[in-house]
Amino acid sequence: MNTVFVLTLTLLGAAGGLTLVRLLRGPETLDRIVALDVLVVLIVAGTAVYVASFADGSNIPLLAAVALLGFVGSVTAARLAERRERHR
Amino acid sequence: MNAVDVVSAALLLLGATSCLLGALGLVRLPGLLARLQAATKPQTLGLLLVLAGTALRVEPDSAVTLVLVGLFQVITAPVISQLVGRSAYRAGAVAPDVLVADELAANRPEDRPS
Repeated sequence: MNTVFVLTLTLLGAAGGLTLVRLLRGPETLDRIVALDVLVVLIVAGTAVYVASFADGSNIPLLAAVALLGFVGSVTAARLAERRERHR
Repeated sequence: MNAVDVVSAALLLLGATSCLLGALGLVRLPGLLARLQAATKPQTLGLLLVLAGTALRVEPDSAVTLVLVGLFQVITAPVISQLVGRSAYRAGAVAPDVLVADELAANRPEDRPS
């Protein structure tokens, strides 16, 4: 079972690396916002694997908090980006 | 390793794989709208599978919260996609020739009173 957790976290880490490439490359601000949102989801998934590896549910509220934060952040950033483009 | 462990491991690995595929699409696909489509894979399928794999390994009380997290993600992912897509359209970042139908045509940026 330990191998499974290591493998899962490796896959998620690779996904996070690829998402970081998109985050740094852009080219639009909206591309970066999408990449950041995916990154937050990957962090939630990674924390879920951490919770599963210890079979201890005390960290699960953390998942809900990070998911909420990601949603609010992405919506705010997308609205800001739209407004900024319009005033250009 | 009992049966529950095997199912949980399969779900975790499937979820992580679909997260990786989505991230690959995020890097490789051309255009914002195509990348937006790839981004929904880790956002819904990947996360839901990982959460299901986790729910099998924790006590039932905590699994209820996991269901809540998954439900929340399923509700919010389309909202973000729609907002980003609309922002891109209004900012003129979407090439008109990639669209099959253009229901926002009345709101084109150049036609809008500023």
